[in-house]
Amino acid sequence: MKSSIFALALLLSLVALTSCGGDGSDSTEKTASTETTSTSGQEVHGDEVKPSDVTLTTPLNQEWVSDGKGIYDVKCQGCHKLSDERVVGPGWKGVTERREPHWIMNMITNVDMMLEKDPEAQKLLEQCLVRMPNQNLNRDQARHVLEFMRSNDGVK
Amino acid sequence: MKSLRISLTVGTGVLLLIAGIQSCKPGGSKAAITGDAAEKVYVAPGKYDEFYSFVSGGFNGQMSVYGFPSGRLLRIIPVFSTQPENGYGFSEETKAMLNTAHGFVPWDDLHHISLSTTNGEHDGRWVFANGNNTPRIARVDMKTFRTAEILEIPNSAGNHSSPYITENTEYVVAGTRFSIPVLSNEDVAINTYKQNFKGTVSFISVDQQTGKMNISFQILTPGIDFDLARAGKGPSHGWFFFSCYNSEKANTLLEVNASAKDKDFIMAVNWKKAEEYVKAGKGKKVPAKYAHNLLNEKTHTATSTMENEVLVLDPKELNDIVYFIPCPKSPHGTDVDPTGEYIVGSGKLAAVIPVFSFSKLQQAISAKNFDGTFEGFPVLKYEAVLQGEVEKPGLGPLHTEFDANGNAYTSMFVSSEIVKWDVKTQKVLDRIPTYYSIGHLSVMGGPTKKPYGKYMVAYNKITKDRYLPVGPELPQSAQLYDISGEKMKLLLDFPTVGEPHYAEAIPADKISGNALKIYKIEENEHPYVAKGEAQAKVERKGKEVHVWMTAIRSHLTPDNIEGVKVGDEVYFHVTNLEQDWDVPHGFAIKGANNAEILIMPGETQTLLFKPDRTGMYPFYCTDFCSALHQEMQGYLRVSPANSNVPLTFSTGTNKPAGSDAAADSTKKDVSKAP
Repeated sequence: MKSSIFALALLLSLVALTSCGGDGSDSTEKTASTETTSTSGQEVHGDEVKPSDVTLTTPLNQEWVSDGKGIYDVKCQGCHKLSDERVVGPGWKGVTERREPHWIMNMITNVDMMLEKDPEAQKLLEQCLVRMPNQNLNRDQARHVLEFMRSNDGVK
Repeated sequence: MKSLRISLTVGTGVLLLIAGIQSCKPGGSKAAITGDAAEKVYVAPGKYDEFYSFVSGGFNGQMSVYGFPSGRLLRIIPVFSTQPENGYGFSEETKAMLNTAHGFVPWDDLHHISLSTTNGEHDGRWVFANGNNTPRIARVDMKTFRTAEILEIPNSAGNHSSPYITENTEYVVAGTRFSIPVLSNEDVAINTYKQNFKGTVSFISVDQQTGKMNISFQILTPGIDFDLARAGKGPSHGWFFFSCYNSEKANTLLEVNASAKDKDFIMAVNWKKAEEYVKAGKGKKVPAKYAHNLLNEKTHTATSTMENEVLVLDPKELNDIVYFIPCPKSPHGTDVDPTGEYIVGSGKLAAVIPVFSFSKLQQAISAKNFDGTFEGFPVLKYEAVLQGEVEKPGLGPLHTEFDANGNAYTSMFVSSEIVKWDVKTQKVLDRIPTYYSIGHLSVMGGPTKKPYGKYMVAYNKITKDRYLPVGPELPQSAQLYDISGEKMKLLLDFPTVGEPHYAEAIPADKISGNALKIYKIEENEHPYVAKGEAQAKVERKGKEVHVWMTAIRSHLTPDNIEGVKVGDEVYFHVTNLEQDWDVPHGFAIKGANNAEILIMPGETQTLLFKPDRTGMYPFYCTDFCSALHQEMQGYLRVSPANSNVPLTFSTGTNKPAGSDAAADSTKKDVSKAP
């Protein structure tokens, strides 16, 4: 909206320019065309989780499982069932077999990056049509959710 | 009327000037607007403004937030008025904010803005504003940009001389515009004004951690009208200056009867001395009923407490608190310069602008250099406290702001201009027209010890032909000026919301980093929060039906509710489960008299719905949230008052096709997710 108003203003100034034979107002035009579009306050989520950042161990850390379950109830359950049924997002049954651990953690903590870069994440967006929300989990919390997913998939 | 006519003549003159300029005479356009004006106010897409400005909305009871230099409107904060945009004053959580001793007053007149300071400099904590009509002071939190507290002021009427703050935000003051009969029989004949009417100025303490306000004491004054005020700073810290009019003590046709005397007053108050009297127990507790409304950030809920008494100091019995400085002709603004030494009084009808000296004031007081008394209080000799007068400044001086280089800028209502002058020499340096009839003006950081300068804004009272016509009601007009050079330069003209009185601006980086993005769901202590869909439920308590509802892209849980009856009071407590910035959900249900609420991520808000007839009531999300926002909807079934339809609720599961719960009273809640 603002930019279209500016475009209009620019247009008007150009009209004025032509009708008046020019008086140096082309400096305005130059400024406008070289102005770069950028956002001063990009949102920052977590750092990208690398494969080497995640180690899976057995037996499961039960404290993490229970913490992960608590987070699931508040922040995830609205869209993800624990079965393989898709509601808003895919059901979680088998997710730890389908996906790498760091992929899961990046989907939780870095969803915007994943939806921009990762072909698998993009495929899911095409299926579900709702961008997975950033639910503001830190890396530890995401790891605990992962532990809960493993437990849901039968890992002991 | 006369003033208006003059201003319009000036306005028309300027208009003709501009029309002349717009024809293609070489060099012409540079005279009205300098060539680089567009560049100076252009903030490219995605770039941010340099300043936030908190602008009063006047009769709309709101506060607007503008970005400068672009003049873009960033936010409207509801303060003393309900707000259809976010449900302020409509939701059950916020109704208490607008409670007063007179009950729910959902629309007041917001005049002045004060940004909190530490050592006389902006600290980015709170914005204070006054409700003028039903006297109230509000505190807005600069982290949430929400109204956090509203305190009613007793023994006051027309809370205009407010809310001005001391150097470290120790106190916010509120002075009454109308004197009224206080502390005694209030049912008296109006023409007994001179005997029975009194004024008060209230000193409201501010808790430095929480910001919580409390009326520390009120000073009883002669029955005159208080207009505006400013605190001393630096050397004058400890003093407060209130402009007064109607020293004639008229109670009718003030336009004439309160303009009879050559001089009115600036009332100087030694509040440090008053504080000592309070500590020594010299105040009197008197009964007073006033509301104190506070928002709890954890429960997202405001509560209203009715207070019962207030501490009053009578300066007639306690010496050395109140002095009167003569000031020409109904002074409006009384403004203290950044050094704290000079006090500028602007007599609306005066031909000069007097500049008083704080050190001379102190000398005159200790030398008892008085010119008689007013109502028993010492009146200082005008010449003894005067530093100098600005000669021929223009017509109708109202308000003065300052830059960091010793310059003052005074708005001239009648002659529609801003005049720049030197504080030390009182010499006029420059003048520039405004469009039209300027009221307040705002230099960036103008009232602080360290003004930022750079830009100045004129907030005008008359708009007329500045923008495309939109019928009889017009927006107000404002202009942004570049004051970085010797000559003031007009940069931008922009419309505003309501009728701005005062405004203050603060560099963006002092507050932008602290702005809250979401409410953390873990920290939500609302009594009806549903932390996850597993906690979504519906419960009946007599006639009350409480719905713990959750919202997440893109469904509401529960979204099918049956068993509500005509005459029930249905409370929809909606928790937004999102934890991402800028993903609000809305909630609206057909026929609700409080039509809508808006819920920020992690927040819980409540809409009360009282169904008055049997039927099917659709509800939905009103804030576009995702590609499937249009699907974010549900139904409430309302049955007759004597119906035996059991209370059930669900999302994503159906009863067997065609079944009617009314015929099957054993049917249980089928909502639970696996």
